[in-house]
Amino acid sequence: MSDTLDHPSLVTGRCFHCGETVPAGASYPIHYLNKDEPACCRGCQAVAQTIIDSGNADYYRLRTDLPKTPEAALEELKQLKLYDLPEVQQSFVKSEGEQREANLILEGIVCAACVWLNERHLRQLPGVISADINFSTHRARVRWDNDRIQLSQILQAVQEIGYLAYPFDTGRQEELFRKEREAAIRRLAIAGLGMMQVMMYAIPLYMARAGTMSLDIEALMRSASMLLTTPVVFYSAWPFFQGAWRDLKLRRAGMDVPVALGVGSAYAASVYATFTSGHGVYFDSVAMFVFFLLTGRFLEMNARKKSAEAAESLVKLIPAATTRLPNWPTGREEEIAVAAKLTPGDHVLIGPGESFPADGSVVEGESSVDESLLTGESHPVHKQDGSPVIGGTINLSSPLVVKVEKIGADTVLSGIVRLLDRALAEKPRLAQVADRVASWFVLALLAVAAVVATYWFFVAPERAFWITVSVLVVSCPCALALATPVALTAAMGRLTRMGLLSTRGHALETLAHATDFVFDKTGTLTTGEFSLIEMQIVRGDRESALALAAGLEQGATHPVASAIRAAAPQAARNASHIRYTAGQGVAGVIDGMHYQLGTPAFVAAEPPQFQTNLTIVGLADDNGILAWLGLGDKLRPQAADLVDKLKTMGVRLHLFSGDHTDNVLALARRLGIEDARGGMLPENKLDAVKALQDGGAVVAMTGDGVNDAPVLAQAQVSVAIDQGAEAAQAAADMVLLSSELSRLADGVDIARKTQRIIHQNLAWALLYNVIAIPAAALGYVTPWMAGIGMSLSSLLVVLNALRISRPGRKNSA
Amino acid sequence: MDILYLLIPISLVLVAFIALVLLWAVRNGQFEDMEGPAHRILMDDDQPLSDTTETETRKELKSTQKK
Repeated sequence: MSDTLDHPSLVTGRCFHCGETVPAGASYPIHYLNKDEPACCRGCQAVAQTIIDSGNADYYRLRTDLPKTPEAALEELKQLKLYDLPEVQQSFVKSEGEQREANLILEGIVCAACVWLNERHLRQLPGVISADINFSTHRARVRWDNDRIQLSQILQAVQEIGYLAYPFDTGRQEELFRKEREAAIRRLAIAGLGMMQVMMYAIPLYMARAGTMSLDIEALMRSASMLLTTPVVFYSAWPFFQGAWRDLKLRRAGMDVPVALGVGSAYAASVYATFTSGHGVYFDSVAMFVFFLLTGRFLEMNARKKSAEAAESLVKLIPAATTRLPNWPTGREEEIAVAAKLTPGDHVLIGPGESFPADGSVVEGESSVDESLLTGESHPVHKQDGSPVIGGTINLSSPLVVKVEKIGADTVLSGIVRLLDRALAEKPRLAQVADRVASWFVLALLAVAAVVATYWFFVAPERAFWITVSVLVVSCPCALALATPVALTAAMGRLTRMGLLSTRGHALETLAHATDFVFDKTGTLTTGEFSLIEMQIVRGDRESALALAAGLEQGATHPVASAIRAAAPQAARNASHIRYTAGQGVAGVIDGMHYQLGTPAFVAAEPPQFQTNLTIVGLADDNGILAWLGLGDKLRPQAADLVDKLKTMGVRLHLFSGDHTDNVLALARRLGIEDARGGMLPENKLDAVKALQDGGAVVAMTGDGVNDAPVLAQAQVSVAIDQGAEAAQAAADMVLLSSELSRLADGVDIARKTQRIIHQNLAWALLYNVIAIPAAALGYVTPWMAGIGMSLSSLLVVLNALRISRPGRKNSA
Repeated sequence: MDILYLLIPISLVLVAFIALVLLWAVRNGQFEDMEGPAHRILMDDDQPLSDTTETETRKELKSTQKK
């Protein structure tokens, strides 16, 4: 794709705007720099022309990625008008007189040029006072003068250049996140400054030969260090103390307890030494320790926030407005209604391509519905009179009149959100398993310190306190400040480069210990999209049959139609007199010949034997059947590779899916997964994972759909697929950004390697301490020896950790 | 070495000053978007000027030169 980027026009047959193939016979010229460039569809033409005409043609020079084809962008105008109603605006618009401000989520941003284009385009609108887009969050903050422009016009302007904008309620959550982040940056800034400056004072103290520095100067430097370390301890490190206090109150040993203990004791000992002019001033170590820990937590928080933001867009599944039929069944008058204000018993009309505003049942019409996002079902579901429909799912083929039955908190979607919340709340208890491993070392250390203290208390009571403190201080910075965080940071960096983003700190540790991998089927091991899997020709050849089929399905939005169009190797034939029969097929005329494409019943023929669980479609002309097409959910490339790799690592594999049991078993056989279960609702999946966990398994879950979100949260460690639902990503500990599924196996490999390196580091730190502490305590180590020894020890730990960030020879990624 | 009696307090004052500047920057939202500005400097608004704006700019230039 990137080679066509600079000069899309040079590659003949590629759309100037989106880079898609231009269908034969399509003529949608775009005037750019005094030349006509081809476009693939009317949508691209309109968008490109708007961009160029508004003086933003530079976009095509600046962009580094191709945008999506703007297919549905130019509709919904009627619905956009709803955002102008005061009662709808209430929840997301701040107003000062006629000046209004709203936050918009922008969809379709792929590179920096998109941000540039949107900002410029919005600012050019008369009445828009300011428009600022945050590149990292894809949110826009727009201020406008309500006398001169309406919100719907702003949203429409964004659509005109091929993006999708919708307002969202920032709510308290967002504000809370922002405050939390600002506080974190402030703490980090103070700790960083403190660390740097304290180090400046510490180095001369370490380096100076005995006698070159007067006691006054030494005391001055120590006091200055103390002055700078105090805010680092009491401001920057405060969350650790708070966390430790909370842990102690609940009688559990989290990671904050050893951290607070280490920081607190080292600081207290250093202050004591400063006032008594004794040895053992470690302000530099304290500040460095705090800074490194805060950096790690800050990076983790950023990653987590990104996925939490995504959860907000879950509400987008429910449309803002819907068409209500107030007089049904006596009259068919339509009126636009706010979806949130529907009541049970209302009748709504849902056109093709629209999503259902609430749960209900069909009272008129027949159509197919895409429920894959909520149930994981890969085939569109046929709906007719009396069929239940779920809010948030999408009506695919023809209009349906639906009687609303459940709204708000009673809907299936709300239920899933609640399951997700509960599983997320329960998670910390499970995650503690990982914490316990780390705190074990600290407990051992405390035991050693206690033994030392008792010993010295009997041998030389006046030295007991000082020596105990030195045991704690000398061991703490090396072992904990560097050994674990540096290794984790290096591993996270490497994984992120590979396309596996960790959003929670424990993810790596738990991934290394995972004994069971649970996969979702649709969208995870399979692409979740229909594609042509098998084809049997009765008459004629494959290519012309596909071209005919693609011609018949030219304008259809059904997944089968897109699959056929995608499979056609040559341009589709132009068909006329196209007639659809819902749930059955399509008939039309190509070059004077009548053709039918549809179910075996529709083409009136008996299909041959196909591999299991494919949707079978026949193509026929007036003389009978031409070809049979078998369509199904395609296996993701590398799914088999991933399964093999994980198996050799000694991990048990499971496949839990909401799809038909037959489909699931067939796939499991193909991949060699022993435990496969189909027809599972989100609750069933949750229970199955709980059962595995009760059996002592550490479960790693991989999924993509909204229906997987609760399970992802329940599993000890979970990976969401990037192309999947945002709710799933919010619930997951890691997000697979790469399209290569086998990266997951590499991730497990790296997690295990990281674990090994952390253990090596801790072991080394322990060994160093075992030798250094008694030696120092017995007076065999001079200060400069201790300084060099400590630096070398830290350096070794860091270098060892950095081995993770380089691809090894064995697993070159 | 006596100069250290002056330099160390000065360094403390400097650190305090830098800390205040940083806190001010955080409060003013300078750290809200960590990626955008890096890209934004590459997207300059240099448009091939249209005739009208070009003449206007020239006039402005002349008038400033006269001053």
